[in-house]
Amino acid sequence: MITDFLAKLGNTGLYVLTDLGRMTLFLLQALMGIFRRPFRFRELLRQLRFIGVGSLAVIFFTAISTGMVLGLQGYYSLNKFGAEGMLGSAVSLTLIMELGPVLTALMVAGRAGSAMCAELGIMRISEQIDALDCMAVDPFRYLISPKFMATIISIPLLTALFDVIGIAGGYVAGVGLMDVSPGSYIDGMKTSVTNHDIWLGTVKSCFFALLVVWISCGRGYFVQQIRGAGFGAESVSRVTTQAVVLSSISVLVFDYLLTAVLL
Amino acid sequence: MTTAAIEFKNVHKSFSRKDGTVQRVLDGVDFAIPTGKTTVIAGGSGQGKSVTLKIILRLMSVDSGEVFVHGREIGGLRGRSLEMLRTQFGVLFQGSALFDSLTVFENVALPLRERTKKSEDEIYEQVNNSLAQFELEGHEAKYPAQLSGGMKKRVGLARAMQLHPSIMLFDEPTTGLDPVMTREIYHLFADTQAEFGFTSVIVSHDIPKVFNLADQVIILNRGVMDVFDSPEEIQWSEKPHVQEFVEMTMGKIYQSQLEEK
Amino acid sequence: MTKKTLEMSVGVFMLLGFAAFVYLALQLGEVPFLKNNDSYIIRAEFDNVAGVKKGASVQVAGVVVGDVADVRLGDREVAILALRLENGVKVPTDSIASVKSQGIIGDKYIQLSLGGDEENIDPGGVIVETESSLDIESLISKFAFGSAQ
Repeated sequence: MITDFLAKLGNTGLYVLTDLGRMTLFLLQALMGIFRRPFRFRELLRQLRFIGVGSLAVIFFTAISTGMVLGLQGYYSLNKFGAEGMLGSAVSLTLIMELGPVLTALMVAGRAGSAMCAELGIMRISEQIDALDCMAVDPFRYLISPKFMATIISIPLLTALFDVIGIAGGYVAGVGLMDVSPGSYIDGMKTSVTNHDIWLGTVKSCFFALLVVWISCGRGYFVQQIRGAGFGAESVSRVTTQAVVLSSISVLVFDYLLTAVLL
Repeated sequence: MTTAAIEFKNVHKSFSRKDGTVQRVLDGVDFAIPTGKTTVIAGGSGQGKSVTLKIILRLMSVDSGEVFVHGREIGGLRGRSLEMLRTQFGVLFQGSALFDSLTVFENVALPLRERTKKSEDEIYEQVNNSLAQFELEGHEAKYPAQLSGGMKKRVGLARAMQLHPSIMLFDEPTTGLDPVMTREIYHLFADTQAEFGFTSVIVSHDIPKVFNLADQVIILNRGVMDVFDSPEEIQWSEKPHVQEFVEMTMGKIYQSQLEEK
Repeated sequence: MTKKTLEMSVGVFMLLGFAAFVYLALQLGEVPFLKNNDSYIIRAEFDNVAGVKKGASVQVAGVVVGDVADVRLGDREVAILALRLENGVKVPTDSIASVKSQGIIGDKYIQLSLGGDEENIDPGGVIVETESSLDIESLISKFAFGSAQ
C-alpha cells in the first residue's frame, strides 16, 4: 500500500523533473533558433498577422469594457470620499501596471496560444516535425522561433493598445456617463503615472509573452511525451487545454512575483 | 566486400512501459542493408519497425550497440554532421507528412529552398519536372487536404527525392491505399529506383505484395531480427519465432500467392 | 495581392501598437518637459513635508509652473525642497510656499503665493516663508479633543 503510494509519488516527481528539463531545453533551443540563418521573415510576418493583427478585435473589446467598468466602479468607490478627481489616476495606474499586461496575455494565450499548441501538436503526430528533421531543416528555426518572436513583439504592443483603449473607456464612463470633469481625469492620470509604472507594465508584458509562447509551443511540440494525454487527435485536444490552463495560471502567478520584485 | 548502406551491430533498445515493466524492442539486433538493393523490414505491429527507422535517422538513439550508415558510426553525430547524415536519406512517411499549410508545389520545393542555394527559377523548373514525373501536373496549387491518399504518397515521394538521397526509407508505404493504388505505388518505387539507383528500405506489414520488390527480407519479431536473401526462404525457416510470425501475419495468403507463381 | 495585404496588415498593427506606446510614454510618463536650460531651481525650507514626493507639482494660483526636483533633509531638522520652475515665472522674495493637498486624501503639491516685493529670488535662492503640511491626524485630534496633546 504505502510502497505503492511512494512509488507513484516518486514517478510523478521524476515526470515533473523530466518535463521541466525538457521544457527548459526547448526554450533554449527556441531562443537560439531566433539567431540561426536563414531567417524566415515572411513566416514572422504571417505569425505577426495571426497573433498581433488577429488579436486586435478581442483586445479592443476586452480593453474598452475593462476600462468602462473600472471607470464606473472607481467612480462609486471614490465618490464616497469625495475623491472623484483621482479617477483618472486610479484607472490608468490599474490598467498600466496590472490589468493591461495580465488580460492581454490571457487573451493571447486563449486565442493564439491554443492555436499554436494545436498546430505543433498536429504537426508532431502527423510526423511533419519528423519530416523537417529528416530534411535536416531545423524545426526550431523553421517553425517555432518565428512564433516566439512574433509573440514577444505582439504582446507588449497589444498591451500598450489595451492600456490606451482602457483609459479611453474609463474616460467615457467617468467623464461621459458620470460627472467627473475631463480636466481632472486627464490631469490626475498625467501626474500619477510615472515612467517606472510604464516600464513595469512593459517588462511584465514581455515576460508574459515569453511564458505564453513557451508553454503553448512546448506542450504542442512534446504532445507525445505528456503523461495522460493519450494518443492521436485526443492527445492534441488535451494538450491544448493544458497549454491554455498552464499558461494562464503561470501568467497570474508571475504577475504577483514580478509586482513584488519590481514595484 | 563493399560497405553496406546501413549496418546494425548488436543494437539494444528498450522502453519502460507505464506499468513499470520494460519492453525490449530491439534485443541485440545485427543486420546489414546492401547498397543499391531493396530491403524489406517486416514484422507485426508493435515489433519495433518504426523504432528501427527512427534509429537509422537518429531521431532516436540506441541504448547500446552501433549503427553505421555508409560505414560511418552515427551515434556521436551532432549539428552539421547530423544534418549531413539526414540529407543522405529521403523518407516517405506513413501518413506522407506533407505540410498542411503549404501547397503541393511549396511542399516539394521546401527541401530545395531550405537546403540548397538554387535560384527561384531553378527551383521552379526542378519542381515542375518532378511533379510531371510523378504525374502531379495541374495539382501544384492544391493543399494536402485536397489530395487523395495515393496523390499524397506521390507528393511525399517527390519531396523526398528532391535532394537526390542515396537511401530511401519507406514507412508503411501502402497503409490506407486500395489494392490498385498499392500496385501503382510499388511500380512507381521500382521505376524511380531503377532511374536513380538508390538503396531502398521498405518497412511494412503488408508482406505478400512487398516481397515482389525485395532483394532481401528482414523479419523482426520479439526484438530479434532474421535476415533472408529471398522471400521464399522465409517459410522454410525452422526458427520458432519466424514460424510464429509467418503463421501470424502471412498465413494462407502467402501460401496461395506462392502457389499461383 | 495577398502578399501585399499581409505586409499592410502587419504594418498597421505595428504602427498602432507603437503609437499607443509612444502615447503612454509621452503623455503619461514624466518626460522632462522642463529641461535645465529653460528652468531654474530655488529652494524652500519646511518643518514638515509629509506626503510631498519628487515630481509633485508646483503651482501658482492653481497653474502648474514646475515640479519638485528633490526632497532632502537639511541641517537643523528641516526639510529642504528643490523647486524647479519655468524661466518665465518670477518669484518675489516675500513669496510664501505652502504644502497643499488636492482634496483631503489627494496628492500633495506645493503652492506658491507670490508676494509684492520688487526683488525676485535668484536661481539657487531660498524661499524663507513656508507653510508646512497640514497634519490631518493632529487636526482631527484637535477637533475631537479640543487640543492636540
